[in-house]
Amino acid sequence: MATFVFLYFAAVIVMAASLVVVVRNPIYSALSLLVMFFHVAGLYVTLHAEFLAAIQIIVYAGAILVLYLFVVMLLNVKREEQFNRQGPVALFLGVALLTEAVLLTVSRGFTVGTPEPGREEAAVGNTESIGELLYSTYLFPFEIASLILLVAMIGAVILSKKGIMESQ
Amino acid sequence: MFDTSIKLALTLSQIGAVMGVVLLTVAVLTLLERKVLSWMQDRMGPMEVGPYGVLQPVADGLKLFFKEDIIPAGANKIMFSLAPILVLVPALIGFAVIPFGPNWTIDVMGVEFKPFVISDINIGVLYILAFASIGAYGVILGGWASNSKYSLLGGLRSAAQLISYELNVGLAIVGVLLLAGSLSLVEITEAQAGGFWNWFAFDPLPFPQFIAFVIFLIASVAETNRLPFDLPEAESELVAGFFTEYSGMRFAFFFMAEYANMILVSCMSTVLFFGGWHAPLPFLQAPGPFAWVTGIFWFTAKVYFFLFLFFWIRATLPRLRYDQLMRFGWKVLLPIALGNIVVTSLLAYIFPNG
Repeated sequence: MATFVFLYFAAVIVMAASLVVVVRNPIYSALSLLVMFFHVAGLYVTLHAEFLAAIQIIVYAGAILVLYLFVVMLLNVKREEQFNRQGPVALFLGVALLTEAVLLTVSRGFTVGTPEPGREEAAVGNTESIGELLYSTYLFPFEIASLILLVAMIGAVILSKKGIMESQ
Repeated sequence: MFDTSIKLALTLSQIGAVMGVVLLTVAVLTLLERKVLSWMQDRMGPMEVGPYGVLQPVADGLKLFFKEDIIPAGANKIMFSLAPILVLVPALIGFAVIPFGPNWTIDVMGVEFKPFVISDINIGVLYILAFASIGAYGVILGGWASNSKYSLLGGLRSAAQLISYELNVGLAIVGVLLLAGSLSLVEITEAQAGGFWNWFAFDPLPFPQFIAFVIFLIASVAETNRLPFDLPEAESELVAGFFTEYSGMRFAFFFMAEYANMILVSCMSTVLFFGGWHAPLPFLQAPGPFAWVTGIFWFTAKVYFFLFLFFWIRATLPRLRYDQLMRFGWKVLLPIALGNIVVTSLLAYIFPNG
């Protein structure tokens, strides 16, 4: 049962992810991304990481992707007209990744290792354990991440205020 | 296998019951809103259908059901059909984690079953927030797919508004989560047992969450696109905003979603800030096995009070302008909500057993 669920999620994730790149209409592209986010969240649920699943939907599907859609609608791009000359780079990267995948499959055999589910602790919930880890073991990276976000935020404010400051 | 099928049957009947009650309440609300608004404006409201106009929702439902379904020329058909569903489903799905009665576990033929909550998951609050944020897609796509400038403008406004006010809803709840120490709506309700002085909106120690409640209420009025924040569908400016081009059942879906969202938000206010199914005074709660009667009564009473508040606000306040809306959300509500989190966490640290 668990394998079946995993295979379903994995198949949809791969399909939706490739649709994001293949589809010409940016709105369809954003919607395939939405489908993908939901299935990644589903994968988290099967691993007993409910908190991550909810955050995945709130942050990526609920905030970031809505902003994308917002921009796409503002520009009202019905079809992507331009065609970038990315062929050689894409070919190189594709071949490299494919070789890697084939090598890994050959070296480890075709068995799908079942992912180890997170510990199901009766007393401490998923959210509590993540919070504890973030504020003890991973405190330093956590603070660094918030600092990076702060820098990005200040950058955004300065960029948007540039015109106003110059005109004064 | 037998256990699984019993569990499935129980859960499905529970979902059916909750959805039935919610959709019935939606029908009641359409009438109630018109009646309440009429009384506030000193007129009678709908009086023609049935005695005192009480059958008006039935007539409206039949009318919408038999109306011609129009898809405008040049509209994106798939997205146009998908949008109403994307709005309605997230509005209804949130009710799965709302506890509307005592947290009992009964044993039905060897299967544990909680009669008064469909699913007690330990991230209940996040679950509701996650699906509430999905509702924005339907609005944006509906506006975009209609191929009409009014719809597009409505959809754009709505996207900006939903993103801005979603943040305030989330931050207003954080104070409650700090005090309850849990994300499960059942446990949050349990933490407020004993009387109205234990409800998070009033609980004097460590810090009453009344300010947070006001922010939550304002932000959720904005989230449900109700007046005075109904810019996405402002009739006098945008015809009907993102659902200008919709008719028949698709229009009804948007309409039902708006009311279902109002009910959901009222349920959340009740559970998070006003003690859920707990009675305001201990002696108003029936003892032992009858607790569920008063529990459901108090829960319903509180939810209807908040729904009335929605109508009251609509009848009282004029619509905000777009820039006022954004300024209010980001420069007034957000700092207050952040301040509330800081104060609450400090006081919760100083008075850990408050």
